[in-house]
Amino acid sequence: MENNKVKNILLVGVGGQGIILASEIMADVFMEAGFDVKKSEVHGMAQRGGSVSTHVRYGSKVFSPLIKEGEADIFIAFEELEALRYLDYLSPQPTVLLNEQRLNPPSVSLGNQAYPEKISEILSGRSKHFKSIPGRELALQAGDARAVNIVLLGALCAFLSIPEKIWTENILRRFSPKVERINLEAFRLGRST
Amino acid sequence: MLSGNEAIARGAYESGAKVATAYPGTPSTEILESLSTYAGLHTEWSPNEKVALETGMGAAFGGARALVVMKHVGVNVAADPLFTLSYTGLRGGLVLVTADDPELHSSQNEQDNRNYAKFAKVPMLEPSDSQEAKDFTEMAFDLSEKFDTPVMLRTTTRVSHSKSIVLASEPSKPTGKPQLVKDPMKFVMLPANARKRHPIVEKRMEELARFAETFPGNRVEWGESKVGIITSGISYEYAKEVMPEASYLKLGMVYPLPREMIRSFASRVEKLFIVEELDPFIEEQVRAMGIEVTGKNLFPLCGELNPGLVERGLRGLLQVPKEETYKNLPARPPIMCPGCPHRGIFSILSKMKLFVTGDIGCYTLGFLPPLSAIDTCVCMGASIGHAMGLDKALGEEALGKVVAVIGDSTFLHSGITSLLNVVYNKGAVTLIILDNRTTAMTGRQDHPGTGFTLKGEETSRVDLVKLSKALGVKHVKVVDPYQLASTERVIKREVRRPEPSVIISRAPCILSRRERTEQEKSFFVSPEACTGCRTCLRLGCPAIEWVKENGAGPEGKKRKGRASIESFLCTGCTLCAQVCKFGAIKESDGK
Repeated sequence: MENNKVKNILLVGVGGQGIILASEIMADVFMEAGFDVKKSEVHGMAQRGGSVSTHVRYGSKVFSPLIKEGEADIFIAFEELEALRYLDYLSPQPTVLLNEQRLNPPSVSLGNQAYPEKISEILSGRSKHFKSIPGRELALQAGDARAVNIVLLGALCAFLSIPEKIWTENILRRFSPKVERINLEAFRLGRST
Repeated sequence: MLSGNEAIARGAYESGAKVATAYPGTPSTEILESLSTYAGLHTEWSPNEKVALETGMGAAFGGARALVVMKHVGVNVAADPLFTLSYTGLRGGLVLVTADDPELHSSQNEQDNRNYAKFAKVPMLEPSDSQEAKDFTEMAFDLSEKFDTPVMLRTTTRVSHSKSIVLASEPSKPTGKPQLVKDPMKFVMLPANARKRHPIVEKRMEELARFAETFPGNRVEWGESKVGIITSGISYEYAKEVMPEASYLKLGMVYPLPREMIRSFASRVEKLFIVEELDPFIEEQVRAMGIEVTGKNLFPLCGELNPGLVERGLRGLLQVPKEETYKNLPARPPIMCPGCPHRGIFSILSKMKLFVTGDIGCYTLGFLPPLSAIDTCVCMGASIGHAMGLDKALGEEALGKVVAVIGDSTFLHSGITSLLNVVYNKGAVTLIILDNRTTAMTGRQDHPGTGFTLKGEETSRVDLVKLSKALGVKHVKVVDPYQLASTERVIKREVRRPEPSVIISRAPCILSRRERTEQEKSFFVSPEACTGCRTCLRLGCPAIEWVKENGAGPEGKKRKGRASIESFLCTGCTLCAQVCKFGAIKESDGK
């Protein structure tokens, strides 16, 4: 942690993609690594399918649970269009992880609006480190399409200097023995992207 | 790591609360859900907030500690007992949690409930993070007993739903044995008794104001003397984030205010700011003390604050314009789930072009296009009154054109008396009760119509048909909202009836784990048979998409595109197959 500066991670996507769980694991990991942590979700009515963002901040002392616009150091987009919605939050030199998945919002499904193009070009042009991740593909490879969130945590882990063991132990604690192997594999696949 | 809500539950547990009551409402719901996992106390979903508070009062009159929880607009429902509870006081501590929702993340208004503390003459504490949420809950119980007053604990969505580190301890407070003690002069608020209680209330508020000067939740953090900031709740965290060098007067008790503390702080800083969300609640009181402050002229009255807004206000910065290119992105509002039982009803109401008086719940999403079939939505239970008023004002003109819709939980919350009124005053009102057997919008909580308690224990279940009949409604019909043709026939007949009638649309929430089994089928659109007429798209189902494709459809007719079903989203509800006039939507062989 450079100069005790608080690190800001912004996760965005669509309700039902497992963003909240990913952020919970993340927050626990940072706490166990000895940091002060705050985490906050921003979403509308608690139904599926709406736009969701979660702010995670950690450092020696954290005040605001919300990241200020222009200060997200790490940006994890679970869905491509949602990534564009939060561009104002990116710091000047962010690390960006983009899950290659498009979920059409209602106006696109109805054919009234077009899904935006060239999203990964826009994002890579705005970031210091940019990684595009076939999350769904890797999750299926691990054994369950729902493990996209764990794949992305694996990818995040590669950019942070927190011992991998803290991550894997946390994942083991979160999941039942029945699915822990799938999730550990998803984490490993994400880590090695 | 606990959310503010979980921390309040922990605080209530550690304080030895014996009874905890609530009606679910964002952002407060998780408090009782969390508290119900602790042993040694009674937790319940009450039918509404007034009942929740009255039940809590009973427990406190009996000498036990009680926690009563609701969202900001819930306090409007509970206001009647609250204002007189302020007079009676209690024997055991009573803490009323109001969870406010600046920004209206999931609410119909963004009222600032700090005003209730002043109005009802009760003290109010406001935590800034989860640790304070727990600590202040415990302090609130102590204050309640020490000053013989209910204490309000105010959170906002950001405090309720943010997680931060909390140091928990074991329940340490000795829990006194509740017992019956007669004290009618205190608890019977006949005018003669209440008249004597009022001066006691005024004296109590003076004592509390003196106490506020030494209350440990109010503290000064000295920094530079150039800028002094008075703040509380989440606003404190934002201000500390963006201006750590300033001096702070951090208020944990927002009513009554520590006037001497404020005066002394103000005299020792060059410029005084007040940073608070929504109303200028602290600002107006400080101004009334003759102190010059800067506040709402720099910070917005509407919506939630955030670090950027607070920084711009404090440092006089201009807003950086948003990146133009990305302003008109397709919106992604919350929508009814694929397979939602409400969809069938609203597709019929939309087709019939009825004026639909609506209510609070998932079905309010029927307002959104393409269904666009909700015309009013104001507060819990209001749909029935709205339809009644329209009937009485318009008479024949409205007959057959208006229908009221309400969810089962909302009907039991505050719709029953309105339906009683329709019968009593001879309204030609048709009410559709959307009975999905849960409180869906807030995350599927039980209620008196589900047959289960908060703790998941089986209990009696109110019968909505018998209840409607007992109120005097002669025409009560039950429909299956997945059967469009028969449901439409019933709605058409009932709305024209010049008498009260009730249609119960009965099908469990698609997300209900208790009532739903794994779906075994899904549907697909035959690309050869689809004419591209878009009728199925008007259901607004997230599983159905438009595929642009200029070319020829069935029998070589031109089409601009065709519909397609995303099989992993499809629940097999069959609505689209029912509305397709061309038989293009068919069941898949297996899923």
